[in-house]
Amino acid sequence: MAIAAQQRELAATAGWTAVLHEWTTTVDHKKIGIMYVLMSLVFLVIAGIEALLMRWQLFYPRHDFLPPDTFNQLFTMHGTTMVFFVGMPILIGVGNYMVPLMIGARDMAFPRMNALGFWATFFGGLLVYSSYATGGAPAIGWFAYAPLTEKTFARTAATDLWALGLLVSGVGTLTGGINFIVTILGMRCPGMTLRKIPFFPWTMLWTSVQIVLVIPPLSAALIMVLLDRNLGAHFFDTQNGGSAYLWQHLFWFFGHPEVYILILPAFGMISEVIPVFSRKVLFGYEFMAAATAAIAFISMGVWSHHMFTVGMSKTLDLYFAAASLLVSIPTGIKFFNWLATMYGGKIRFASPMLFAFGFLSMFLIGGLTGIMLAIAPFDFQLTDSYFVVGHFHWVLIGGTLFGLFAGLHYWYPKVTGRMLSERLATWQFWLLFVGFILTFGPMHIAGMLGMPRRIYTYDANRGWDIWNQITTLGAFLQTPSYAIFVINIVWSYFKGPIAGDDPWNAWTLEWSATSPPPSYNFEHIPVVRSRRPLWDLKHPDDPDWKYE
Amino acid sequence: MELPGIDTLLANAVAEDLSIFHPVSPSGIAIAALAILVLAITGGIWLIVSSVLMYCVVRFRAQTGDTHEPPQVYGSMPIEIAWTAAPAIIVFILILVTTRTLWEVEISPPAPTAGDQTLFVTVVGRQWWWEYQYDEYDGKKLGFITANELHIPVSDPAQPRRVYLQLKSADVCHSFWVPRLGGKTDLIPGRVNSMWLQTDQPGVYLGQCAEYCGTQHANMLLQVVVESPAEFEAWLKNEAAAALEVESAARGRDVFQSLSCVNCHAVRGTIAAGTYGPDLTHLMSRVTLASGQIANTRENLREWIADPQQIKPGCLMPAFGLSDRELDDVVSYLESLR
Repeated sequence: MAIAAQQRELAATAGWTAVLHEWTTTVDHKKIGIMYVLMSLVFLVIAGIEALLMRWQLFYPRHDFLPPDTFNQLFTMHGTTMVFFVGMPILIGVGNYMVPLMIGARDMAFPRMNALGFWATFFGGLLVYSSYATGGAPAIGWFAYAPLTEKTFARTAATDLWALGLLVSGVGTLTGGINFIVTILGMRCPGMTLRKIPFFPWTMLWTSVQIVLVIPPLSAALIMVLLDRNLGAHFFDTQNGGSAYLWQHLFWFFGHPEVYILILPAFGMISEVIPVFSRKVLFGYEFMAAATAAIAFISMGVWSHHMFTVGMSKTLDLYFAAASLLVSIPTGIKFFNWLATMYGGKIRFASPMLFAFGFLSMFLIGGLTGIMLAIAPFDFQLTDSYFVVGHFHWVLIGGTLFGLFAGLHYWYPKVTGRMLSERLATWQFWLLFVGFILTFGPMHIAGMLGMPRRIYTYDANRGWDIWNQITTLGAFLQTPSYAIFVINIVWSYFKGPIAGDDPWNAWTLEWSATSPPPSYNFEHIPVVRSRRPLWDLKHPDDPDWKYE
Repeated sequence: MELPGIDTLLANAVAEDLSIFHPVSPSGIAIAALAILVLAITGGIWLIVSSVLMYCVVRFRAQTGDTHEPPQVYGSMPIEIAWTAAPAIIVFILILVTTRTLWEVEISPPAPTAGDQTLFVTVVGRQWWWEYQYDEYDGKKLGFITANELHIPVSDPAQPRRVYLQLKSADVCHSFWVPRLGGKTDLIPGRVNSMWLQTDQPGVYLGQCAEYCGTQHANMLLQVVVESPAEFEAWLKNEAAAALEVESAARGRDVFQSLSCVNCHAVRGTIAAGTYGPDLTHLMSRVTLASGQIANTRENLREWIADPQQIKPGCLMPAFGLSDRELDDVVSYLESLR
């Protein structure tokens, strides 16, 4: 509210240019966080429209709506956008806003680098989209398998702009990762030992560790592509002795940890929401924390499960299958602890908890289909089929997006000082939930019926039409839920009920600041004795630090 | 363990059957059996965990007006150990069954010997069609090339007839996938991969490229024709022969040979010796054109030659702007290539 009032006042007195100037030059972690989230929502709408166009093309067999190259460009841009310009920046944005507040700091460790990170991501996105000015976006798929990215096969500059854009946004992501690590390790308030850190910052820490470890290999690979294309190098130029195989290793060494980069922060948000709305402390904090670190470590060694069919040896297949299956153990630990947190609680299904429920019920299925894909021989059939498309959307929407919506609904009152409309949020949730199942469920079946991914059309006689039609209907059913969300955040910003500092009766430090917090966050740097400092304040007779 | 229902559910939906749950090859059958076991295990886990979730949701809802906080439980070491151990055991079992099936499915090709009734074919992935170089059968060298439709002999329990494929690529990555004959294997430029096929069910099995390979990836279709040994050997004999010289098609042949058709296409025994496009020596022994996209009929062939871009936009064969008469002549010539 303070910010809103301040902004309106500023706009009234100094004009919109002053507001624009303030936002473009800000180094406040909260404003940067908001910009990250808003930018991601814009890219989400763009990539969503790309998805709807593809779905309409696939509604009928041999449909004549989109020509093949257009379709191929759309799935390239959809994947690239969703991963690099929606998924990562929106999570980094929420982290940017919440992490300093949750650990009792006044800002991120490197505020200027923080601004650099946002603008690099933003301009990286623009650079990727500027490829349309070359006559069409790249048509290489988001994992851009060599040698399809070589000049021989991708002749326009679109592929160069794609690689440059990801290189620039990679710098942004990397600085973000470094900033989180330093902030979380170095700027926690007095009393907050690493064992007493709230769960969301803990997951952001491990996501950041992964970012720092895997973005540089991706950047190196992108530079190699650019050298091949522009300076006549032959890293991936198979006609001249380059290796197609090398790109796959480099890309998936980034690409697989990437999916954990996208899911760990969602785990963190869920681990904040479930306890507050079940009114119970997070069950088995230490095991949860260790499981997070274990997932981050194991996921660094499983990348070739994307490559079971490239002709590795049986021994390598077995290693990567076994390593991938191991991930399910810490993931299972997390899941059981969330259930144990709910067990015996007094659960209130306000919108954040509704989305947390969506997360639990759907992520479970995504995890189990992941087990199927880790079984190497089963993967020989499933990989590169629509089953895989169904699987990773199940994890990224059922997991990351539901988790993210839980977080956004949970923290919106803190950021704006106003409550979201529960009524609109409920509509949003159910439309998304049902639309999501209808969209991605049938993809698994189409895949098991032999439908490969990334085909712009298919023959009627293959029995895939009905499953594609349900998928397309589901996609159109999901669409209004995103519109409702946008309407809700805009409407509530002006008309929502005043939230107060602590609308959910929660326990972590951000709820002790005003809503929205002042630019310096806390008047006095807080001192904590447990993981739930506000619980200690509210229950002086039975504080947490007695038990931790 | 069997999951009744899922098999039939998936199968009934199919017109042309491409279900991975209707395998006809040893590797496909081994994979499907493993798949059903894994589906049963994961299905069981889903049932148990989602039941607990639903129980929590229903049983532990807050009563309106109840403001007392429930008892705070911080954790429990024995419980944590139990639910770490349980998934660990399941993972261990899954690793064991994975190993067994991996060793069943991945077999390296033996050296060809006389009397083994084994077929060796080199498959070359190309944008956007399949080239098959028939290397050896039953220990005898073959050495002819055909496209898109792979003919193999049927196997029987008394006389197994295996087919070993060497997989290569001439341009970008592709992937050979015929779901009912087992898993896919990629064709990667600069590498040679291998896979094997074997089935005792005659018939035609559909498949297509499964690794995105550019504009017409969607229409890089293929089929495997499984024939009796007699039919197969007759087919082999015909394919191995040079192209027929039919006098009535001479005019078409002259047109064909005077154009740049011959730069990309080969017709064995003539001056047409291109290697960039499909070998046309016995074009009429194939039932489809354009990599399985359209039926091989006179009308389709004429339309295809007139303008391939209308049928397969982006494909690498250009329209030559032939006159109607030239078109008819070329089509007649191609129709003589039985």
